[in-house]
Amino acid sequence: MSARRGGTLHHLVRSPRGAFALAVLGLLALTALVSLFWLPGNPNQSNISEAWQSPSPTHWLGTDSSGRDIASRLMAGARVTVLVVLGAAIVSGVIGLALAVVSALGPRRLREPLIILIDVLIAFPTLLLAIMLAAVFGSGLPVVVASVGIGFGVQIARVVRAELRQINAEDFILAAKAAGLSRWAILRMHLLPNTAPVFTVQLSLAMGLAILAEAGLSYLGFGAPPSVPSWGLMLEESQAFISIHPLVVLWPGITITLTVLAFYLLGDALREAMDPRLRFGGRRDGGERNDLGDRSEA
Amino acid sequence: MIRFLAVRALTLLAGLFLASLIIFISLRLLPGDVAQVIGGTSASPTQVEAIRERLGLNVPLPLQYLDWLGGVFTGQLGSSVVSGTSIAAEIAEKAQVTVPLTFYSLTIALIVALPLGVFAAYRRQALPSRVLSVLGVVAAAVPAVWAGLLGIVLFSTWLGWLPSQGFPRDGWADPLAAIRSLTLPALTIGLIEGAVLFRFVKSATLSAIGAEHVRTAMSRGYTRLGALVRHGLPGVGLSVISMLGLQIAGLLVGAVVIEQLFSLPGLGRMLVFDVGQRDLIKVQSTLFVLTAVILALGALVDVVHRLIDPRLRVEEQ
Repeated sequence: MSARRGGTLHHLVRSPRGAFALAVLGLLALTALVSLFWLPGNPNQSNISEAWQSPSPTHWLGTDSSGRDIASRLMAGARVTVLVVLGAAIVSGVIGLALAVVSALGPRRLREPLIILIDVLIAFPTLLLAIMLAAVFGSGLPVVVASVGIGFGVQIARVVRAELRQINAEDFILAAKAAGLSRWAILRMHLLPNTAPVFTVQLSLAMGLAILAEAGLSYLGFGAPPSVPSWGLMLEESQAFISIHPLVVLWPGITITLTVLAFYLLGDALREAMDPRLRFGGRRDGGERNDLGDRSEA
Repeated sequence: MIRFLAVRALTLLAGLFLASLIIFISLRLLPGDVAQVIGGTSASPTQVEAIRERLGLNVPLPLQYLDWLGGVFTGQLGSSVVSGTSIAAEIAEKAQVTVPLTFYSLTIALIVALPLGVFAAYRRQALPSRVLSVLGVVAAAVPAVWAGLLGIVLFSTWLGWLPSQGFPRDGWADPLAAIRSLTLPALTIGLIEGAVLFRFVKSATLSAIGAEHVRTAMSRGYTRLGALVRHGLPGVGLSVISMLGLQIAGLLVGAVVIEQLFSLPGLGRMLVFDVGQRDLIKVQSTLFVLTAVILALGALVDVVHRLIDPRLRVEEQ
């Protein structure tokens, strides 16, 4: 097992997309970590006399409308992003896996209602879910994590469920049953490891989408509170001055796009690195056709 | 076919029921005392009691639920707690911005995604195709708010072609002015959703080019392009149609953020405003109307797909 995993990482680093993704995400994690101990300036300290400064050695990316250091705010914003991404990944991973296993292999009477529930929740857009939660519990990052976690959790459930059904019909599962393995052992030893590639790819997609959701929700005022520097809030703050200082809008936008892109590419690269059939020959075709495979079973 | 319609109608009803239950439970049960939430922390006990009386919150919950559900199906959604206006009338009014915006952006997404997606698959190795594919991935990673802001800077601030904010006060009285103010928002949503659709069209076309029936057509003397157009693209079109339900849902939701960004008086902006006002009753009805539309569109797309896809008809027999 460990040898295979080493193989996956090896292939990941060697593909250009994987290397790019790992570099950007490594930088993100490092920035978030460093920002806990050191920042080039105070991300929250307003100083009107220093508003709208151009980039300089003291203010690497200049200052915003209230004279706050943009580079420091971006770095501190990385913390929010890492928090939201990890939270969303855990919540959606747990929900997705649990729903998938029960709706694919659970008691027959539970399956049908669960499938309808998954379908309804998929039709219920994440953003509306977030607005509903914000209306009830008030705004904040927990609302973002919960709504994104539930919203992408059901997406993951649908894809992983299809995969589980397919693998469950294979001969080696029948052989395992014949050999006397318990259902739990089959799930743990055969079914879950075989869905791992699909699951991780979906999870990395969900992490990328979580960042976009945080940006949108914080922009609408349902996410990070104004006292917490977040990339989505920085977009919102730049809007009022966009006709006078259009360039300030660039920094948070570029940062968000690069990070989301890194998660997308990580998913692509993982798919290739973890699937031996894609590793050898027919690389691109197989990889791209899998885009459709996600929706093949409803 | 009748069997299919019956089953689909039943799952739609089950879905609507489930959605209404989720929304009702979340907005009536979870907050604890709805009247207190609506009144705010500064409301006196008598004020809270008055709100409770006015909204019928003293009635047992199952009755409240049935009352609300009955209202939804007869179009009697009651009136807003905060402004006192009729909720149904306001939803109908705001839909006049959101619905055209959604279809405007859908048109843009289709115009961009269909030809470019087919081209990028057909001439896969050509430089423009490679550039398009990279652009498609990058565009799907761009936050909608940022794309909108960049659009404002480019088309409004620098070029001055389009208005940066707002919607004509008299609505569609001047259709041209209305369309002009919806253009930048529609471009923003349409291009981002178009990038997602582009990738879908491209992979569908790629599998069509590799499909056996298309190869067979070529062996019978069709050119590569001829075989793709005659035998490959109809299938691609059908896959795109099956995707449309999800796409329209995505566009509708994209409108929530974009309406805020461009100050458009649509359903999304109303929803965000009402949440800020803690108008839970109105939020509940608006959320259900939006979800019902999305579920119904999904069902409609399934039925249309079934009607025009001959493969599904064969399967049924």
